[in-house]
Amino acid sequence: MSTAAPEPAPSENGAPFTLAGCIEGARLIMPLLPGVAVFAVAFGAAAVAKGLSLGEATAMSAFVYAGLSQMVALEFWRPEWSLPALVGLALVTGAINGRMILQGASLQPWLKPHSTRLNLAQLFLLTDANWLITERYRAGGGRDLGVLVGAGAALWVIWVLATIPGHVAGTLVSDPRRFGLDLLMPVYFSAMLVPMWRGRVNALPWIVAAVVSVASARLMEGYAFVVLGALAGALAGAFGHDE
Amino acid sequence: MTSDVLVAGFAGALAVMTVVTYLCRISGFALMGLVPLTPRVKRGLAALPGCIVISAILPIADRSGPVAFLALAVALAAMAWRRSEVLALVAGLGVVTALRAAGL
Repeated sequence: MSTAAPEPAPSENGAPFTLAGCIEGARLIMPLLPGVAVFAVAFGAAAVAKGLSLGEATAMSAFVYAGLSQMVALEFWRPEWSLPALVGLALVTGAINGRMILQGASLQPWLKPHSTRLNLAQLFLLTDANWLITERYRAGGGRDLGVLVGAGAALWVIWVLATIPGHVAGTLVSDPRRFGLDLLMPVYFSAMLVPMWRGRVNALPWIVAAVVSVASARLMEGYAFVVLGALAGALAGAFGHDE
Repeated sequence: MTSDVLVAGFAGALAVMTVVTYLCRISGFALMGLVPLTPRVKRGLAALPGCIVISAILPIADRSGPVAFLALAVALAAMAWRRSEVLALVAGLGVVTALRAAGL
């Protein structure tokens, strides 16, 4: 199933959603596609080892579409689930993907001109990489929703398709660590700090986020550190007196 | 050993992951729609993207060790030097591949 090209539909407030924007988003996401593809191959291979069929592994990539949570869920995947095990799965998934709550919040003022129905549909494609390139595009004055959607759709197609050869090839690329692919998003995120830096106004929130996230990661298992650190940093930005 | 009743197979577990992840995707957008955009909220939102990035990478580097720290630093330096995402990715992942191949 391919994602249909959305027809140009400028919203009431004039924020555009165009095919040209979608293509621009797909272009901006290009540098990340090879790495994402190899990560998906690795997920497909890991899924074989856990006894998932090709259809099941591909369905997980298509519906969940969140690599790290898929990899972690495989760690304790089982054929049959008790209610407590399902609750555990929900909690782990929510903890790992909780950062998306904050990513959606940060984009909200930019998304608001578009209809709620459109936003609820297109947010299915929200993930780290298209969120980040959209923040960058938006910081440069960009307004076309197509950039977020086009980048997300390109990533989704690659992510789902590349799961298949991974499953078929089995353990050939079963260790994503070897090529540093477990660090793909962190490395990309790190580089993106350069264009995100706007001078001293960033300093306090970033320092607070750094201290709180590292401290929570040392004190607690799991992935709550992203949300805790980011919230603390945003609060520092809101209440710090830089202006 | 356990007396837990099995209530779901693959489809049920997949549905749980799908719904939870989708709720994460939409709830930030939905909740911010209920919060008035005061200057203070705007400043917080403006600070949020960078803070998400920092909070996502530093603890992972802290847990993974010096190889990860070095990779992040090299990617950052490459980006600052040439403003090229491709160069930053290749340099960062290249450092990890090389150091891990060397047994670090």
